[in-house]
Amino acid sequence: MQAQLATDHVFTALSDPTRRAIFEHLARDGEQNVRALTARAGVSQPAVSKHLGILKHARLVRDRRAGRETHYSAQPQALKPMIDWMTFYAAFWHDRFDRLESFLQRMDQ
Amino acid sequence: MNEPATTRSLVIEREMPHPPEKIWRALTQGPLLEEWLMKNDFQPVVGHPFKFRSTPVPGWNGIIDSEVLLIEPNSRLSYSWSTMGMNSVVTWTLTPTTAGTRVRLEQTGFRSEQDAAYKGANYGWTKFMGNMERVVAALD
Repeated sequence: MQAQLATDHVFTALSDPTRRAIFEHLARDGEQNVRALTARAGVSQPAVSKHLGILKHARLVRDRRAGRETHYSAQPQALKPMIDWMTFYAAFWHDRFDRLESFLQRMDQ
Repeated sequence: MNEPATTRSLVIEREMPHPPEKIWRALTQGPLLEEWLMKNDFQPVVGHPFKFRSTPVPGWNGIIDSEVLLIEPNSRLSYSWSTMGMNSVVTWTLTPTTAGTRVRLEQTGFRSEQDAAYKGANYGWTKFMGNMERVVAALD
């Protein structure tokens, strides 16, 4: 059940394209501070900070303070539940195909 | 579909020994749809918003928000499928065969509604998923 809640947070966090862009940037280019992220994000620094807070809540990013700076890094292992989503739907639809087939047989009777 | 080759989609195909017209009824008549898929208030009208309702579980309210996108009687049916912030599209295609009908389901898109408004970048779900799957695979 805890896993489902975590999945929900990951989906919610990544439902926003700006957050996906920030996360992907961190996953590809490594640790960054807010200023560097803002330069790429095309939105204001407070907006970037807010997005980072949501990503952090979903455990998709981790922060590390160094002096006055906070550095953020991606935690891509938090994505696993989302990638499992495809596997989930494959199983779901196979099951529903079975149910559809047996229902079609019953429709004849 | 202007997604690049990295489009993530799920395709399931099965041949069923029934005519397309009959399968179409099972796909598009609410009470019949409920028999094998989920409770719903589906109506075969393009633009009709509806919900599929499943048993809620902690962390998920069991609701899938949908809208009918395409209807070609006895042939193609498409609706959006949105749940947990993830918006995808489900498309059913029925093709008559000598033995019955080939039933094809495709679930694709995986992009959020905001994507269209996001200027300059291509961070659609599909591309994102493709990129991230590689990142996660590399972790093991």
